[in-house]
Amino acid sequence: MIEAMIEIESVSKAYDGRAVVNDLTLSVPKGALCVLLGPSGCGKSTTLRMINRLVPFDAGTIRIDGQDVTQVEPDALRRRIGYAIQSTGLFPHWRVEDNIATVPRLLQWPRERVRDRVTELLTLLRLDPETYRGKYPHQLSGGEQQRVGVARALAADPDLLLMDEPFAAVDPVTRDALQGELKRIHAATGKTIVFVTHDIEEALRLATLIAIMERGRLAQVGTPLDLVERPESDFVREFVGVQGIGLKLLSVRRVADRVRRGESAEGQPIPADATLADALAAMIAQRVERLPVVNGEGVVGAIALADLVR
Amino acid sequence: MRALKTPVLWVGLLFAALLIDMPALHPLFSAGFPAVKPVIFDRAGFIELFLSHLGLVAVSGAAATLVGVALAIFVTRSVGRDFLTIANMLAIIGQVFPPAAVLALAVPALGFGPRPTIVALFLYGLLPILENAIAGLEGVPAALREAGRGMGLSPLQLLRDVELPLAAPVILAGVRVSVTIGIGTATIGSTVGALTLGTPIFDGLAGNKLPYVLQGAVLVALFAILTDLLFGLAARKLQPPGS
Repeated sequence: MIEAMIEIESVSKAYDGRAVVNDLTLSVPKGALCVLLGPSGCGKSTTLRMINRLVPFDAGTIRIDGQDVTQVEPDALRRRIGYAIQSTGLFPHWRVEDNIATVPRLLQWPRERVRDRVTELLTLLRLDPETYRGKYPHQLSGGEQQRVGVARALAADPDLLLMDEPFAAVDPVTRDALQGELKRIHAATGKTIVFVTHDIEEALRLATLIAIMERGRLAQVGTPLDLVERPESDFVREFVGVQGIGLKLLSVRRVADRVRRGESAEGQPIPADATLADALAAMIAQRVERLPVVNGEGVVGAIALADLVR
Repeated sequence: MRALKTPVLWVGLLFAALLIDMPALHPLFSAGFPAVKPVIFDRAGFIELFLSHLGLVAVSGAAATLVGVALAIFVTRSVGRDFLTIANMLAIIGQVFPPAAVLALAVPALGFGPRPTIVALFLYGLLPILENAIAGLEGVPAALREAGRGMGLSPLQLLRDVELPLAAPVILAGVRVSVTIGIGTATIGSTVGALTLGTPIFDGLAGNKLPYVLQGAVLVALFAILTDLLFGLAARKLQPPGS
């Protein structure tokens, strides 16, 4: 049993007598990228905001790393948790550097350490530190602003990151790139991330664990593959999408599971941790039926078009 | 060199020259109004009138700014939101009451002199400041407040570091309107014994001496224009760097 980073136990929240979150119990293991998924108004955002106490809850307990959140002073709690939201919430009158440094400065880090940390984070988010640190948010593109938003959430090196539809307001191409970055950062840092979205594709692509919500209740919790292959209710089946289910399966299965070890092929190699959908896209783009598969150590085999439908 | 191109310098120089040496225009006024003796207002020095006028506007303007901004901060917090309508209503009442009526009511309580004038100017100047301060604070996008709170800024830090700096240009615009109007309105203080640049105007009207009215009116107008221009400069300075 992996240790839990967040334990939500029988938590409820009502606004004016209407239950928004109803007896919710969810455990998020350390290092998970847990996506809270559901239609608007299902309580996913409220749930996220109860974790850092932006929204007080009426009943139940929430523990972070074993500690009851109501036992911690709210501002101190929030400074320990990274937070990124839609439309970034970057302060327009502060430079990129100052925005990223928000929490470290609240924590009164020494000036040198703050500067080094900003450099480190801009590099991690693939923004050239010297070009970007002095810019103002309005001088950045939407995608760059989101990167700075993520960098700001990571600034004080929190173990836990809460993200509320952070990529909802950017164009599809940029969103795709940002999702890639987030996956990479998650893999590289091992941080626990709770990510709210209503976009099933985004959830399937990012999550190690999906908690799908319906009208304030948990409808199903599982890996992306679980949700696509074994939906437990009509709601989940419909939300995940009956149409295009085959393509969804391709987008949650990995090349590594289908690779023909030791075989070889011509063409651009595809990484073993890419999805089958990526592999299909690469085959179509290169007009080939076989691709070499690589991992960190080199070519490990090949994958053929027929393997995708096995 | 750029200073030469700004009207502030020219208006300021003209204003100062007239304050210091209005009698230099003696030949001009004598030619226009040969019957009026003396043709230049001399019951008090123009510099003295200006300083007293400036004092009245500065004190009432500072008080209206402090109270207006403080009230706006209060009614835009969650604890004070219920008072938003009441605050707006009070300020509107202050605005619709003619300053002359306020003066008439204030004199019995406060006596003659500068004090009733300050009260009237304060009440009259409160609305534009309060309105703009509320608009400025409410104009701060909810996402910024949300992000700030979510990162652990205390309410006070959020107000000081995010909300007030972002609302500052709008607040300043309200102060600018309030003070510029206040400079004109302050002249009526002269009817209850305050010294202002309106004193020559009312003396001239009472004694049928048109040159006094002209001298007072030109100085008041220049004072108001100069102040407005100075606020314009300040507004450019205050524009947040990120815009």
